[in-house]
Amino acid sequence: MSKIIEGLKYSESHEWVKVEGNIAYIGVTDFAQKEMGDITYVDMPEEGDDVIAGEEFGALESVKASSELISPVSGTVVLVNGELEDAPEKVNEDAYGAWIIKVEMSLPSELDALMDAAGYKAHIGE
Amino acid sequence: MLDKIGVKKLDDLYSDVPAEFLHKGAYALPPAMSEQEIRDYFASLEAMNAKLKVFVGAGAYDHYTPSVIPYLCSRSEFLTAYTPYQCEISQGTLRYIFEYQSLICTLTGLDVSNASLYDGPTAAAEAMKMAIACTRKKTRVLLSKGLLPQVREVVETYARFHGVEIGYVPVADGQTSLEALKAELAKDDVAGVIVPSVNRYGIVEDHAGFADAIHAQKALLIEYCDPSALAVVKTPGEWDADIAVGDGQPLGLPLCYGGPYVGFMAVKKDHMRKMPGRIVGQTVDKEGRRVFVLTLQAREQHIKREKATSNICSNESLMALWVTIYLSLMGPEGLREVNRLSCDGAHYLYGELLKTGQFEEVFPGKPFLKEFVLKPKQPKLQERLEKAGFFAALPTEEGYVSFCVTEKRTKAEIDALVKAVKEG
Amino acid sequence: MKYYDKLIFECSKEGRCGYSLPKNAFPAAGELPQALRRQAPLDLPQVSEPDVVRHYTNLSQMNFGVDTGFYPLGSCTMKYNPKINEEMAALQGFAGLHPLMPASLTEGACKVYEEMDKALAAITGMYKFTLAPCAGAHGELTGLMLMRQYHINRGDLNRTKVIVPDSAHGTNPASAAVCGLEVVEVKSLENGRIDVEALKPLLGPDIAGIMMTNPNTLGLFETEIKTIAALVHEAGGLLYYDGANMNPLMGVVRPGDMGFDIMHLNLHKTFSTPHGGGGPGSGPVGVAQKLVDCLPSIRVSAFHGNFGVILRAYAYILSLGQEHLRKVGEYAVLSANYIKESLKDVYKLPIDGVCKHEFVFDGLINDGAHDDVPGATTLDVAKRLLDYGFHAPTIYFPLLFHQALMIEPTETESKETIDAFIAVMRKIAAEAAEDPNILHEAPHNTPISRPDETTAARNPILKYQEN
Repeated sequence: MSKIIEGLKYSESHEWVKVEGNIAYIGVTDFAQKEMGDITYVDMPEEGDDVIAGEEFGALESVKASSELISPVSGTVVLVNGELEDAPEKVNEDAYGAWIIKVEMSLPSELDALMDAAGYKAHIGE
Repeated sequence: MLDKIGVKKLDDLYSDVPAEFLHKGAYALPPAMSEQEIRDYFASLEAMNAKLKVFVGAGAYDHYTPSVIPYLCSRSEFLTAYTPYQCEISQGTLRYIFEYQSLICTLTGLDVSNASLYDGPTAAAEAMKMAIACTRKKTRVLLSKGLLPQVREVVETYARFHGVEIGYVPVADGQTSLEALKAELAKDDVAGVIVPSVNRYGIVEDHAGFADAIHAQKALLIEYCDPSALAVVKTPGEWDADIAVGDGQPLGLPLCYGGPYVGFMAVKKDHMRKMPGRIVGQTVDKEGRRVFVLTLQAREQHIKREKATSNICSNESLMALWVTIYLSLMGPEGLREVNRLSCDGAHYLYGELLKTGQFEEVFPGKPFLKEFVLKPKQPKLQERLEKAGFFAALPTEEGYVSFCVTEKRTKAEIDALVKAVKEG
Repeated sequence: MKYYDKLIFECSKEGRCGYSLPKNAFPAAGELPQALRRQAPLDLPQVSEPDVVRHYTNLSQMNFGVDTGFYPLGSCTMKYNPKINEEMAALQGFAGLHPLMPASLTEGACKVYEEMDKALAAITGMYKFTLAPCAGAHGELTGLMLMRQYHINRGDLNRTKVIVPDSAHGTNPASAAVCGLEVVEVKSLENGRIDVEALKPLLGPDIAGIMMTNPNTLGLFETEIKTIAALVHEAGGLLYYDGANMNPLMGVVRPGDMGFDIMHLNLHKTFSTPHGGGGPGSGPVGVAQKLVDCLPSIRVSAFHGNFGVILRAYAYILSLGQEHLRKVGEYAVLSANYIKESLKDVYKLPIDGVCKHEFVFDGLINDGAHDDVPGATTLDVAKRLLDYGFHAPTIYFPLLFHQALMIEPTETESKETIDAFIAVMRKIAAEAAEDPNILHEAPHNTPISRPDETTAARNPILKYQEN
């Protein structure tokens, strides 16, 4: 059973969003990290980069696979989780604690298109 | 066997092929040859090639190959193995690639090397693509006019199809012009600059100020090098380059009419994840033994597919082994000695050629190692020398002639060459 | 094989050397200016010749090659490498040629190129070959460049996409991307072949062509090739043939006759040149007559390609000649089908029917999963094969099947070897059914056991560091 946290928003491509005012913390769900297996590298954008809802902003890499990270919202990256550079395994250990990027949203109404916890649970069919 | 499969004859195995595509009649090939006939035939082809003393470099150098190397490289466990996908039975290949990577880092002064690329010019093309991938918003890559023509042409071909604009930095006073470079950089669209460590005139370039100017524009400095010369000239690491590429052929690989050679690439640590090609890394097995594996595979085409920086699959593994054994045999002293002999021989030839009165200096006073150019007073020098048994005086784009001396050229050969020049 | 743990750096002792150079007969030319001189230490190994020889000999003994044993690596065509090829490639009259020597002085080398061009054209039905690309992927890239150049020369600048089947090898879409083409995937049917109905709507004025192989990456002949070729040509596109799967067609079918306009060959697969641990290879590209004008503007390698590899392939073609060419194709297909039929009761065969030179199993029928013990995976089967002295087949490709095991025996194996392989594969299947842990823990009989690849990728150590 994959862990799902109430109060977060979820995308179909298994990213979660934690909203604090105009700021969105974005990471990947427990389901996603389990699918990937041992994560060996997180390919992250740079601070100041723009992200666009529905478009790729980075990738998760394992020994044998690479999986795109799709941004659930549009905006500007204000902070990147530097801890993940040296310790990508944090995503496996605590998917919801290991945020990847912190974004200042340009169009918060995009959050309405995302799922809530119950919707995501149905989406992954568990 | 046919019974097991359930067919009556071999032809039935192709029953799913539309009949019109099954080739009818004989193929237009000669009759099969026995081994001895093949030997005789190849001997006759061999005899059709001239045997000349090689006094030309221009990207392929007639350096000495220690006898040990072809002997070890022909060991069938190295020769007939494929990519080390199953590392438990490929530790031989994986270890020599790890050694090769380490040696390329030592030579270039950079942090990480890959397991090799096809050749120098394609390595430069890969570096061009890397620069675009690493700098993202930039769209142009600059090439020095001092680079060998084949390097420029291959990079141009790749760039044309990859959607990258190529700009040029002219040569001034025998080397890539820093002033012209700065002018191009000012346009603020440059992702990378490829400059030769030793250029096609044989001149050792001075890249003081290059890295600063290039990095100020957030672009990458790419040094195209002769790895043999790196024993004595300033390294890409010392010039603060981001990427070093070149061809490993001068490290004891035979001329072999142009291939197989071996491209190398080394990069600063920051760029490691965008580097193309296979990479071998060290780890441990379940019993804690030191072992080696292909690693960082998530960069490569079989995983990233169309998102990979490169499409490269094979490398030039056996040639990387060749280079590794060469460097292990030569060591620091041997490699310095190769350069010493080549350099002294080239300077001796230079002086003797000038004494003939048949040449003008092009870049007087500029430092060179084993290669140099002169301006000939007589035309068709290359053809005249060919008749005398020498491959020399290769014309450059500007109408100069190029000479190269390696440690394989004796004083007697050089004196004979000079005599042939005088007599023509 | 025995575990030998040294690296060359650990064999190094100050003052040793393994080279022999003549004395310096020239006056000293003087030093380079200080500002241009290498200041960094030159930390190359210092090792005597005997120690170098021992080191690399010992390393080689931890390696498995075709000469060691059966190497059924699907899609790689690991056939036997004839030694006459090696002898011919080492001839000094070829090895000593500088690539910039004019044609008048290298008539022998030039003749090799001419003859190879003719021979490859005869074998494939293409019009003309360039031998410049250095590997298969390099050939693919060159072929796609030719495809784009063809359209550009006709003034048709809108053809920016190429169709690639979802079963394609990763180099196909990667080559397309490097060449500036957008990849459009076409789905495969359940029987593994291209879905022609799915192809039709993809074809349009923006399609440069289709990139495919036949037989496909599942070893199945694309029976609809005539229709596919007609559709693509009608839409103004070209057909590119990935020649990695040429082996079963040798002497039987020619890609040019099937409608392909451009193709590459892998000399290190189909034409018996040795794989060298991962190269050097050679990837000649053949074109139909209408593309010949595009060839001169494409420069992809330093000089003329991997001549040493070309020489080997040439010797091979001469030894096959007209008489033996067909045996290559027929015996490759015979061997593959025989193995398939002999194992399909213990390994899952997702697509039944006659295959060509290779086929794909989708894991074990009974993987032995029970209680808390997970079933044996394709990886486990592969590792267990190593214990029995065989190289594993290709695993986890194509991506269509999650436990893919791709087996390609080639035509150069005796029936005894093939039967021995079948017997071992059956034994492994039985082991899995009884206790999958035997496979999980494999390999047991190799110099090393399974590596920790995760740490290797998380904390990469990519060069030697003295402790």
